[in-house]
Amino acid sequence: MATPASGIAPAIELIGVDKSFGPVHANRHVNLRVERGVIHGIVGENGAGKSTLMSILYGFYEADAGEIRVNGEAVRIRSSREAIGHGIGMVHQHFMLVPPLSVLENVMLGAEGGPLLAAGAAAIRKKLAHLANEYGLEVDPDATVGDLSVGLQQRVEILKALVRGAEILVLDEPTAVLTPAEADQLFEMLRILKSQNKTIIFITHKLREIISLTDRVSVMRRGEMVATFETAKTSPPELADAMVGRKVILKVDKSPARPGKVVLEARRLSVRDDRGVTRVDDVSFTLREGEIVGVAGVAGNGQSELLEALAGIRPLTSGDILIEGVAPSHAQRTPKGIRALGVGHVPEDRHRVGLVMPFEACESAMLGFHDDPAYGRGLLFDRKAIVADEAAKMEAYDIRPRAPLLKTANFSGGNQQKIVLAREIERNPAIMLVGQPTRGVDIGAIEFIHKRIVALRDAGKAVLLVSVELDEIFALSDRILVLCGGRITGERRPEETDAQDLGLLMAGVSERAA
Amino acid sequence: MSAPLKPLPAWADVALIPLINVVAAFLISGLVVTAIGENPFEAVRILIVGAIGDLEGVGFTLYYATSFIFTGLAVAICFHAGLFNIGVEGQAYVAGLGAALACLYLGFLPGYSLLVVAILAAALFGAAFAAIPGYLQAKRDSHIVITTIMFNYIASALMGYLLVDVLRVRGQMNAETAQFPPGGIAPQFHELLAPLGVHWPVTPFNVSFLLALAAAFGVWLLIWRTRLGYEIRTVGANPTAAIYGGISPARITIVTTLLSGALAGGMAVNVILGEEHRLILEFTAGFGFVGIAVALMGRAHPVGIVLAAILFGMLYQGGAELAFDKPKISRDMIVVIQGLVVLFAGALEHMFRRPVATLLARRTTSPPI
Repeated sequence: MATPASGIAPAIELIGVDKSFGPVHANRHVNLRVERGVIHGIVGENGAGKSTLMSILYGFYEADAGEIRVNGEAVRIRSSREAIGHGIGMVHQHFMLVPPLSVLENVMLGAEGGPLLAAGAAAIRKKLAHLANEYGLEVDPDATVGDLSVGLQQRVEILKALVRGAEILVLDEPTAVLTPAEADQLFEMLRILKSQNKTIIFITHKLREIISLTDRVSVMRRGEMVATFETAKTSPPELADAMVGRKVILKVDKSPARPGKVVLEARRLSVRDDRGVTRVDDVSFTLREGEIVGVAGVAGNGQSELLEALAGIRPLTSGDILIEGVAPSHAQRTPKGIRALGVGHVPEDRHRVGLVMPFEACESAMLGFHDDPAYGRGLLFDRKAIVADEAAKMEAYDIRPRAPLLKTANFSGGNQQKIVLAREIERNPAIMLVGQPTRGVDIGAIEFIHKRIVALRDAGKAVLLVSVELDEIFALSDRILVLCGGRITGERRPEETDAQDLGLLMAGVSERAA
Repeated sequence: MSAPLKPLPAWADVALIPLINVVAAFLISGLVVTAIGENPFEAVRILIVGAIGDLEGVGFTLYYATSFIFTGLAVAICFHAGLFNIGVEGQAYVAGLGAALACLYLGFLPGYSLLVVAILAAALFGAAFAAIPGYLQAKRDSHIVITTIMFNYIASALMGYLLVDVLRVRGQMNAETAQFPPGGIAPQFHELLAPLGVHWPVTPFNVSFLLALAAAFGVWLLIWRTRLGYEIRTVGANPTAAIYGGISPARITIVTTLLSGALAGGMAVNVILGEEHRLILEFTAGFGFVGIAVALMGRAHPVGIVLAAILFGMLYQGGAELAFDKPKISRDMIVVIQGLVVLFAGALEHMFRRPVATLLARRTTSPPI
């Protein structure tokens, strides 16, 4: 057993943790010290190794080398069960809940305490009541989880960990799915937990959250732990520089927009999702050439369906879409037809929609345009032309590695996104629909992508930008529409509004109280 | 979330892994042979000598392999579209009907034009029979695995009825059609080679083999070099991306099952036009199902399929010799080996993948991407 150098042993100490996946060195000799009773942030770009490190901590992977100490004691963690045995609880970004079951049943899952449920249920019910009293973590134990708001579902995840005796909570990008108000509630909750001497490890890439919540912050870059700061003594620019390893300009330089004629008009659009639920409800707006219109909102408020409907992927329940003043015919209202009318579409989810992961990059780079005679005039594809086309785009968009024949899945998130952007932008569309352009993209690539989008606008194109990142909406938009529950709850100019105002609109509070 | 599988080098993926799978299947089969009380090494010797020890063995091996190439390609092309066609057996069976009807009723066609028409008829009937499950999958979401299994029974019942009650030659006891006219018969190699002075023993090995190789090349071109193939692979790999890309998964599903059924028809050409020269009951003899094993082992790639088909041809021919020489080992042993190959190449495909990947990763240090 290790003797702590000073007073109490740290809650978590990682010493020389190393982990490789084949040729990918995900964690390189990582040292981390998390003191008890603090909120410790971990930031880093995608692929910096944060998730791998946390996966090692809660027993999903085992480190190739290195030591984990919990409260000063060297331990081996081979499963999440062992992790919780050491008091380490994990709150995943994607909730591990069973929607049709009640809160109580979800919390019990895996901790039933025997083949008969009654005794275990009573015990857990008691614990939940206790936690509600002590930490103010109130949730109706008999409510169905599927009916709860996302914020409350997250609370259930936290309760699951606490009921199992977690002293150390690991939260992986917990605010990605929350409204600003819900995020504030979460932060309040975490502060209460901290005051009860719980330790919290908070993983995020949002620097704002780090500054407002954490006591200390560690920065990861390329699998290494590059720095640890006292939060009070650092600043967002310093953290960003540490994450990227060079100076980063967080602000996008752009001149005022010079909007021209209306090129896209949505008239009273309604759209249903696959289950028949109305997700876009009576939405009207216009989009002019030479402007970027941002659509803000919490994920799941109809943005995805709106984008799909505009791109011809999803049918309209009612309403009209006018492109350059003309409503496309029924036959044109397909992805192919809409594309042919000069509408580009960077879909929100490049994995599921925008790319075909097992394909070579050059093959993914012709999705949607594979009928183009440039890729082969006769019966067969012209492979040379296909490869050369992608090689040129890789050069122009700095896609790394410059390997048109490499499998799409083997590119990093940022480079995959650039493959999609290059494909859509290079077709020179008059209207560009862009969904979550920088989701899961590292900061260096974000800069590049933002510049490209602004350049598109400056070239007189109309850009509709859907993003759940308010920072991105503010940085790029010339006008902002806010969607909540499938309706437009407000329209703002970025210079006339702030995060709080938009947050209210995103939560469905329609207009500012006078 | 799962630990990412390290990418394997191409040669390991297409050659090493299938080889390990086959060796594993043979090792277990060897244990079974030992349990029966025979010497497994002796059994392997008889099997290999029987399959490729002389030209006669080779002829039979390649004859069987021809059928397996067709059925393997039929299964594989569906794999690329993310479809599992279990109905190749029934499609090949009904394709035989097409070939037979052409030969029986279009006998007036001159020379080998009848053969060409009969081959097209086989492909057409195979495709038509596959079209129904394909349509049901595309438009009604009826799972193609279920419908094609049921369609195998329909094919069996339909063909039984037609051969017993409709097509049987009057006064004949056997449930089979009349002999086909010479113009509808795919020539066997021993006949073709004789005028050239080459002596090849009499075997059912016929020109369908060349057709099978052409089909394999055609499938390769189609899948990797044409727009349709691109659309098939896109639908198979990521249907939502396909829709985004303007590709209709329903259309691709139907087109792919049609192509699959047509390829299944190749087996009828080999057996009915190349060997039997009349339509007989149950001529498919389970080769349609073996096509699944062939496609799995060949990793749905035409080159792999040709190699796997030849291996299965050897198993069939050598297995027959083995059953003849060693009465204790019945032909069912071949079914056991087949089953083990399916088990190792299909169900347990990833069993050896991870250890091999780890081993290779340790030996080669490639830079991270």
